[in-house]
Amino acid sequence: MSRKIVVGFDGSDASRRALDFAISRAKAQGDSILIAHVLEWSPYSFLTPNEIEERHKRRQEELTRAKEAIIDPVVKTVEAAGIPVASVMKYGHIAETLCDIARDEGAALIFIGRMGNSGLSSRIFGSVAGTLAQVAPVPVTIVP
Amino acid sequence: MTRHTNLLAPAALSAGLLTAAPAMAQSLDEKVNEVFATATGPYVSFIFSNFPGTNYPWIVAWLVIAATVFSIYFGFIQFRAFPHSIALVRGDYSDPNDAGEVSHFQALATALSGTVGLGNIAGVAVAVGIGGPGATFWMILAGLLGMASKFTECTLGVKYRNEYDDGTVSGGPMYYMVKGFAERNLPGGKFLAILFAIFCILGSFGGGNMFQSNQAHAQIANVFGDYPGWITGLVFAVVVFLVIVGGLKSIARVTEKVVPFMGILYVGTALIIILMNFDQIGTAFGQIFEGAFTGLGIAGGMVGALIQGFRRAAFSNEAGVGSAAIAHSAVRTKEPITEGFVSLLEPFIDTVVICTMTALVIIITGQLMIDPATGQVILNEAGTAIQTADGSTGVALTSAAFSSAFGWFRYVLAVAVVLFAFSTMISWSYYGLKAWTFLFGEGHTKELTFKVIFCVFTWIGAAASLGPVIDFSDAAIFSMAVVNIFALYFLMPIVKREMHSYLSRLKSGEIRKFA
Repeated sequence: MSRKIVVGFDGSDASRRALDFAISRAKAQGDSILIAHVLEWSPYSFLTPNEIEERHKRRQEELTRAKEAIIDPVVKTVEAAGIPVASVMKYGHIAETLCDIARDEGAALIFIGRMGNSGLSSRIFGSVAGTLAQVAPVPVTIVP
Repeated sequence: MTRHTNLLAPAALSAGLLTAAPAMAQSLDEKVNEVFATATGPYVSFIFSNFPGTNYPWIVAWLVIAATVFSIYFGFIQFRAFPHSIALVRGDYSDPNDAGEVSHFQALATALSGTVGLGNIAGVAVAVGIGGPGATFWMILAGLLGMASKFTECTLGVKYRNEYDDGTVSGGPMYYMVKGFAERNLPGGKFLAILFAIFCILGSFGGGNMFQSNQAHAQIANVFGDYPGWITGLVFAVVVFLVIVGGLKSIARVTEKVVPFMGILYVGTALIIILMNFDQIGTAFGQIFEGAFTGLGIAGGMVGALIQGFRRAAFSNEAGVGSAAIAHSAVRTKEPITEGFVSLLEPFIDTVVICTMTALVIIITGQLMIDPATGQVILNEAGTAIQTADGSTGVALTSAAFSSAFGWFRYVLAVAVVLFAFSTMISWSYYGLKAWTFLFGEGHTKELTFKVIFCVFTWIGAAASLGPVIDFSDAAIFSMAVVNIFALYFLMPIVKREMHSYLSRLKSGEIRKFA
């Protein structure tokens, strides 16, 4: 049975490794891939009046840039590998939004890469991989 | 390249002035002050003139009557919709697919950082210093009523904004006056809009700018010793210049992030001081209620307390002034009325919570001299204001009140005052600019002209003494309110229609929560 794999993808090397691994698994198991790109965004951050005025315009620009520079090239790669692929771009808290995407799309697995930070910053702020492992509604594969 | 020369010029100028000019400094202060007072005096007297034969300024009545009319006309929407407003700010009704657009919370926070400022710290001290403890009561009442004014103007601000092809928006009273009046087939919309824009520019130079740098200087001088105001003014002017002309976003961004925490710290400290003096709370409220209706011996009695309270509330939360309508109009929402609901929280947070905290701390720490025998306040020699524990007024009075509990708080307050002043200036430079571009059109040179004039006023503000600056600030901002409220009376049926439509859809479940 074909399942859907959500791959958290931000263009980094770590996310490329996750995607490569997802491609190999999808090929072996006949799964489809959903490339998910989440733009970090908090509705509780503070903006200047100028930023508020330009926000709608900036959002369009950010989405266009992400689609052209990050999503479109890898969608082609996955298609070339002969795997059914779709993509989604959303704003929000990265781990929470990935969970929402997995739930909404009825995905069976989430694949993500990890940055491999073991230092102070990830202890204080947590990491996307760590948070996902805690809260994801489906099994999570963390690719080193 | 031109940007670089722009940035360097004022810096070099300031360095030259700082080394060359200390001797002439004090006389320069006085000179600026004198010219300023003469130039603005007649205008100020007109705005604050009394009804013939009374000592009641017509402008205060104008604002309070408007707030009362809106409160009644919309069936005290500020209380009915209060829980819904909070749900909107929490994002309960926000479509997750719209994430990345400006949220209700962000619009509220930005508008608040324009209003929460020195009015809450210095203005309140002025109000209770002249109007006595009773001014607090009238201030809270004006704050509660003002929520309805804010609701009306911000709904219209969103409904009639201009949206441009590149996705940016421009809104505010100028736009709803023109479009709203046209929609109702009323004449004079364009005229009102131009009048409002002129006053808005003046207000952005006054209360949104000069008053801020003036009080920021007062607080810094109070903490670190006196020195000529033009130095603070120049430093402020250069930093504001760097942000609004040089596009130095980092400064603005840091301020916008620190200001809310300063606000929380301020309210938190005030609460601690009030709790530390909990045995005084009863007495303080006694003075507030008694003072509200008798004046406790202040100049002008009950009316004096009422005028001071209303004046400060209006100056602090800007309800009816129209400035918030500019700030809120950029929000993406399908329902303009939701922005009205969100904005009605502003006078509540600004006046009912923060201003009241300042007043309570001043009263509870015994800064106002009260004759124990009669229970009446002791006036200063001129009989114009209440004698304070150490003779201070304005922001120094607030500082003295907070420092009586925590000596170190004067330093925190100095930082808070500077940041509040700065964020308010940034907001008002935006309001002023919107009015300016409405009048003169958009374009780099035109916008630059406004910004440079704005910075000059920042400098003048710190050099002028409190009297003429605060009077001119009030006069300019209240002039905006005259025009804006006049227009609101004609446009309020539009808001009512929106309100009924929205509330009935909310009740029927057509508008529902996400998640």
